[in-house]
Amino acid sequence: MKPLGPVLAVAGLAKSFGGVAAVREVSFAVARGEMLALIGPNGAGKSTCFNLLSGQIRPDRGAVFLDGEVVTGLSPRAIWRRGVGRTFQITATFASMTVRENVQMALISHHRRVWRFRRPARQYFAAEADVLLDPVGMRDQAGRATGELAYGDLKRLELAIALAHAPRLLLMDEPTAGMAPAERGGLMALARRLAAERAIAVLFTEHDMDVVFGVADRILVLDRGRLIAEGSGAEIRADARVRAVYLGSGATSGGH
Amino acid sequence: MAGTGQILIPLLTGLADAAGLFFVASGLTVIFGVTRVVNFAHGSLTMLGAYCGWSLISRLPPTPLGFALGALATMAILAVIGAGLEIGLLRRVYRAPELFQLLATFGVVLMAQDIVQWLWGVEDLALRRPPWLRAFVTLGGARFPRFDLVVIALFPLVFLLLWLLFTRTRWGRLVRAATEDREMVAALGVDQRLLFTSVFALGAALAGLGGVLMLPDASANLGMDLTTVTDAFVVVVVGGLGSLPGAALASLLIGLLQAFGIMLVPRATLALVFVVMAVVLVLRPNGLLGRPPGRDGGGGEARALVRPAPAVLRRFGLAVLVLAALAPLFLGPYALAVGTEMLIAMLFAASLHFMMGPGGMASFGHAAWFGIGAYASAFAVHLLAAPMPLGLLLAPLAAGATAALFGAFVVRLSGVYLAMLTLAFAQIVWAIAFQWVDLTGGDNGILGVWPARWAAGPRGFYWLALALAVAGTLGLRVILAAPFGHALRGARDSRRRAEAIGLPVTAIQLAAFALSGAQAGLAGGLYAYAKGSVFPTYISLGHSVDALLMVLLGGVATMSGPIVGALAYTGLYDVLLSATSLWRLVLGAAIIVLVLAAPEGIAGGALKLWQRVRPA
Repeated sequence: MKPLGPVLAVAGLAKSFGGVAAVREVSFAVARGEMLALIGPNGAGKSTCFNLLSGQIRPDRGAVFLDGEVVTGLSPRAIWRRGVGRTFQITATFASMTVRENVQMALISHHRRVWRFRRPARQYFAAEADVLLDPVGMRDQAGRATGELAYGDLKRLELAIALAHAPRLLLMDEPTAGMAPAERGGLMALARRLAAERAIAVLFTEHDMDVVFGVADRILVLDRGRLIAEGSGAEIRADARVRAVYLGSGATSGGH
Repeated sequence: MAGTGQILIPLLTGLADAAGLFFVASGLTVIFGVTRVVNFAHGSLTMLGAYCGWSLISRLPPTPLGFALGALATMAILAVIGAGLEIGLLRRVYRAPELFQLLATFGVVLMAQDIVQWLWGVEDLALRRPPWLRAFVTLGGARFPRFDLVVIALFPLVFLLLWLLFTRTRWGRLVRAATEDREMVAALGVDQRLLFTSVFALGAALAGLGGVLMLPDASANLGMDLTTVTDAFVVVVVGGLGSLPGAALASLLIGLLQAFGIMLVPRATLALVFVVMAVVLVLRPNGLLGRPPGRDGGGGEARALVRPAPAVLRRFGLAVLVLAALAPLFLGPYALAVGTEMLIAMLFAASLHFMMGPGGMASFGHAAWFGIGAYASAFAVHLLAAPMPLGLLLAPLAAGATAALFGAFVVRLSGVYLAMLTLAFAQIVWAIAFQWVDLTGGDNGILGVWPARWAAGPRGFYWLALALAVAGTLGLRVILAAPFGHALRGARDSRRRAEAIGLPVTAIQLAAFALSGAQAGLAGGLYAYAKGSVFPTYISLGHSVDALLMVLLGGVATMSGPIVGALAYTGLYDVLLSATSLWRLVLGAAIIVLVLAAPEGIAGGALKLWQRVRPA
């Protein structure tokens, strides 16, 4: 039985770089099947926040809980093992492999079969890989070279890879960056559907506000490392501080 | 006082050495900074500088002015040669992967050796030394060559001139901007071609200066290209690639260390420099003043898809194998000896390809593992009186274990730094083999490493080599297709993604490094028994370069590349050696043509042709 309560809980997370506070005392939680968007102007601390959660950097203070277990300061590998998948702002895939082999690699790692030296890798978990490629619509391209895929297809492949170990939490860093506007909605609708079906908590950062307000159940707004607002799309739209940050009473914050 | 002389003289000697290192290394680092080309031919440019300088200065009046004019003229000639090299060759390979640029510059090294030998002959050319060149100054009771004081004075002068050039002129600012961000400078509409050509010309002129200034104390000789480029690489890497102040600092460090090292630890002088480089790279992976390279575009690099070998190729390979197994029935002893060497070369190349192609870790010192394997077999025979099977078992074990130990430091680095650390290690191993005479026999090597009686004949040993080399090579292929091999390739394609799906990247790379070393060690052990003797040359830079050439000739991206490359290289080598005295010129030219025409290597080019004929 999965424990009740939020999948991801963050309490008082803080990180400074050389005296500059990038993330200050940030606390929030994501529930099963929930799509939570993390937004904010450039330099607000979104990327730092993401890297703290996925283990790339260690926080100065605060704690990260996965289903109530402390995972603060664990390596990216250990955090992935505990059921956290992630996609990157700039896609990261294995270009010298086919689409299917990319997913097979994730499955091989998940099933702890990396240290095998004899049987060809393409014989491992091929059917399971196709099952993962099917819902993202990449099954008919399974035999193609990853290096020759269109960018939108790469994004969908990354999603399949991130789902390979049946994660409880999915971290998506700027999932639609670099995509044509027409494709963005499709990818996020797909992520939303998969998250709901599998009861996966999704935390994503995003610059495209149409995407954010279109798919997010809840929105967090960061500004200069601090959480300044949290709520539904309508609440965020109405929030005076958010409007100030984005529409600019302060010229220093930049914005959209 | 003799006391001050004891400190002063090595100090000055060290400074003079440092100056010489700096002139050559500054050119190399500036070229790398802007063009990102690892110019292995930089030592050849220095050698050309020394020879041109010799020709000019011996014809000019034997005065300081004559020497200065000769030096300046040499720099001008080298600048023209450098510009020609850039326009004729390197400009065409900037977009090619780093390793093919390396291959192209290797081609230049080979050609330059024969051209210089053809123009100037094989004799070392020493400058006739007029009195002003022979003069000494007396310092603290000891004598010091006056010319070396001039060289020492030139060090800060050249550094200052370069510094002003790079900071005070528009050209210099463009060069520095291009070092920081090439794409941005191009986007701003700067003519990159002219910039690159002029940078190359400047680097070549500095190499020429370094060459000329070596003349009074030494001579122009045919071996100076590889020794100079090795030293210059050490300096550039220790200082940080592309950093001019770094090169100056590293020159000082290494020059002084060498001068005082000779006094303190005379037995370990050859290894000392490389120990310093290894320590610096372990502590500061980007050199003293270098900055981290942009790492992992996240799979943005174009990578060819690796597919399992088609059935036709498998059948062809099987046919060749059967033919090779039957060869002793119709070939004579000489042909079998050549065949044995080819088989060993194949295993050696396959082991390098394993870590360099799919592993993404290029090594400039792969001969270290080959040599450790060979010496392990020789020690097994001499110290343990072990039978051959045990000797052949110890070879990969010793090499693999050493590689695993040393690999822990290597796999933390990437790119050129990683390659240089492997070179450093190979040079240390070489120095041990060369200088620890009691154990290794030094230059005389270890003789009498004969195979067991059942494998003593050329046929018997050929079959043994065939069995082990083919098993080793195919074993590596099987591993590359297995989950481990895919994980290794994945870590190369995108380290970020590999870590994000939980692959233990460092452990995988370390295991691959050790496996590769073990197979090279097996090749070395076989070679020891094939030749009956072991020499330090097995570990030389030249031997490491042989392995690199074989892999690059065959093609890094294909799995059959190292096999084709090793057979082509050793075959070509034997044919050329017997057909022409200018074999290096022909081989170098062939390599350059290959790089320009088929940058994927022989096997890669064949694969492309095949795919064109038969669309998948």
